[in-house]
Amino acid sequence: MGAPPSITDQLRADQLGPLADANQFHGPLVLPAANRGWLADALRGMLQIRAVEERIGEMVSTGAVRCPCHLAIGQEAVAVGVALQIRKGDRIFGAHRSHSHYLALGGDMHRLFAEVLGRRTGASRGMGGSMHLLDLEHGLLGTVPIVGATIPVAVGAGLAARFDGAGGVAVSFFGDGATEEGSFHEAMNLAAVLKAPVLFVCENNLFSSHLHIALRQPADSISRYAEAHRIPWLRVDGNDIVAIVEAARSLVEPMRDGGGPGFLEAVTYRWRGHVGPREDEDVGVQRKEDLASWKRRDPIGRLADALVAAGDLVSADVTRIRHEVRAEVAAASARAERDPYPAAESLLATVYGRPGRSHS
Amino acid sequence: MTSYGVAIREAFAYLLERYPNVFAIGQGLWSPWYVGNSMTDLDKQFGAARVIDTPVSELACTGAALGAALSGYRPIVVHPRVDFMLLAVDPIVNQAAKWSAMFGGQVSAPLTVRAIINRGGEQGAQHSQALHSWFAHVPGLRVVMPATPSDARDLLVASVLSPDPVLYIDDRWLYGLEEDLEPVRELALEREGPRLVRSGGDLTLVGASYSTLLCRDAASQLASRGVECDVIDLRVLNPLDTTIVADSVRRTGRLLVVDGDWSCCGLGGEIIASAAEAIDAGGWRSRPARLTLPNAPAPTSAPLERTYYLTVEDVVERALVMTGHFEVHE
Repeated sequence: MGAPPSITDQLRADQLGPLADANQFHGPLVLPAANRGWLADALRGMLQIRAVEERIGEMVSTGAVRCPCHLAIGQEAVAVGVALQIRKGDRIFGAHRSHSHYLALGGDMHRLFAEVLGRRTGASRGMGGSMHLLDLEHGLLGTVPIVGATIPVAVGAGLAARFDGAGGVAVSFFGDGATEEGSFHEAMNLAAVLKAPVLFVCENNLFSSHLHIALRQPADSISRYAEAHRIPWLRVDGNDIVAIVEAARSLVEPMRDGGGPGFLEAVTYRWRGHVGPREDEDVGVQRKEDLASWKRRDPIGRLADALVAAGDLVSADVTRIRHEVRAEVAAASARAERDPYPAAESLLATVYGRPGRSHS
Repeated sequence: MTSYGVAIREAFAYLLERYPNVFAIGQGLWSPWYVGNSMTDLDKQFGAARVIDTPVSELACTGAALGAALSGYRPIVVHPRVDFMLLAVDPIVNQAAKWSAMFGGQVSAPLTVRAIINRGGEQGAQHSQALHSWFAHVPGLRVVMPATPSDARDLLVASVLSPDPVLYIDDRWLYGLEEDLEPVRELALEREGPRLVRSGGDLTLVGASYSTLLCRDAASQLASRGVECDVIDLRVLNPLDTTIVADSVRRTGRLLVVDGDWSCCGLGGEIIASAAEAIDAGGWRSRPARLTLPNAPAPTSAPLERTYYLTVEDVVERALVMTGHFEVHE
């Protein structure tokens, strides 16, 4: 197989082409020539997300976790890559599949386990579950499962950042399914008109629940909507953290200097079903044929292989990191399982706010 | 004397002047006619950056207002008609109203949604709705309906200063109502609720917004017929404190609720149910009643509109029946 067409060749195209081809991009990542010390940390970050989500999947299987959990296994590079462009004061919003965003931004692993277990020590004090995550310390202002709902909310946070004038940005993570909602299109137009510094990050994993994008949209690239709204956009292999970081940086930097919105389309694939730990490979057009190939396009394996090939790490380092992460995950999940549930009073005590407590 | 419409404008000016984190966003805010005289030239006075006219995107504008509210601002999103606000039900009901609870009370959403009831004038089914009962159903959302110029101003200020999402609904049919206003008072919205605005021992009349005006005018006419009414202006529909209604009905033994919305699962039924739960069967001198819109969308044709909307005469007539002054033969 020859080299895939460069991404710039596709910039005006509606179709993802090789980016959506399960048989492309299987080899080690192409690493930057210099200044790549951050990649080992990025590898650890992705391994952490995967290990946490594998553990959550096990806990769903055993019945320990009962709330709906939408796992991002296979999509870790998008969250970790974009998070590397986030700085204090930025405001980030996610959706139903946002464990990865929470963790990539620096969210505490134990509080995530506690939240999916419905415990008082959770990220949302046991009142949100997997689909409602909050981490004010790291700028995660909320994740919610109404598809497309937080996209306009992020535009408002971007408008607030523009008012603040301190170079902050807002980030909205969503999937390709959300781009079929009116809220997405309204939000894109509004952001463009208001020149709100919001980075739209579409994790295009080609599926919305069980339906492949070919059955939902006349073209498979979401960037065409950014083009229509005259928002600067970039489209990358979402399983290539180097490409994601470079693209996110080039979109975010002008936003911090007073620019308007930017749009990043990261083409990726979820290894598990829409919800829960099973792979659900028999659900949906093309999934059974493609899943094994997409696993060879693993964002973690390709980075690890590249780092080892370049001599930045030896394979024993990768093994050691995996073990360390697994040990952290085991300890955090076990601790969360011993934590208390919210008190009954929480039901009514949190419905309305207390005066003077509203400013985040 | 200050009119209800101008009083709303005074609230905006008060907030924009004193609170740099307040801004207004919505359709028609740079237009001289979208919102009557309630926001005239605010964009010129405070700048178009803080009084933002928008694309035709109710959902995105309301969602964006929520995002700004979560980021330290106090936005007021304006929907010149309730009907169009229905395109923004998700950010209001699913998002803002639940934001505090679903994140464990760590953050709240101090967003004010201002919606205007703008009916009559042959505008028809999609330019005339009230729908306050829908929204009053939702925990986490405060619902405010001012009936007087004073409340129109001070409850808007209180809504914006509240830590919670508030749906503030004003009514164009009240815009000409005038009152001498005291200086602005910064009220704590969670301490505001229904208020007894007239006292009488024969019958309790309950209204909200424009229907409070109907009740007050009806009570004046009824007094000349020897029927003395308690009139209660609900003011805040959610959370709804019905204590004052029950206290009144214990005295009068009679309850008539006037509501400019439909009956089924509505505000009138809620008020009657709350009184029924609070008062023993022997405490009633007549069956409680409600006056609401007919169970039909708003018509356009003027004669049908006259049939459709409630009038002071409707209230007076029903009150006289309930107090035994005359019988209705059906």
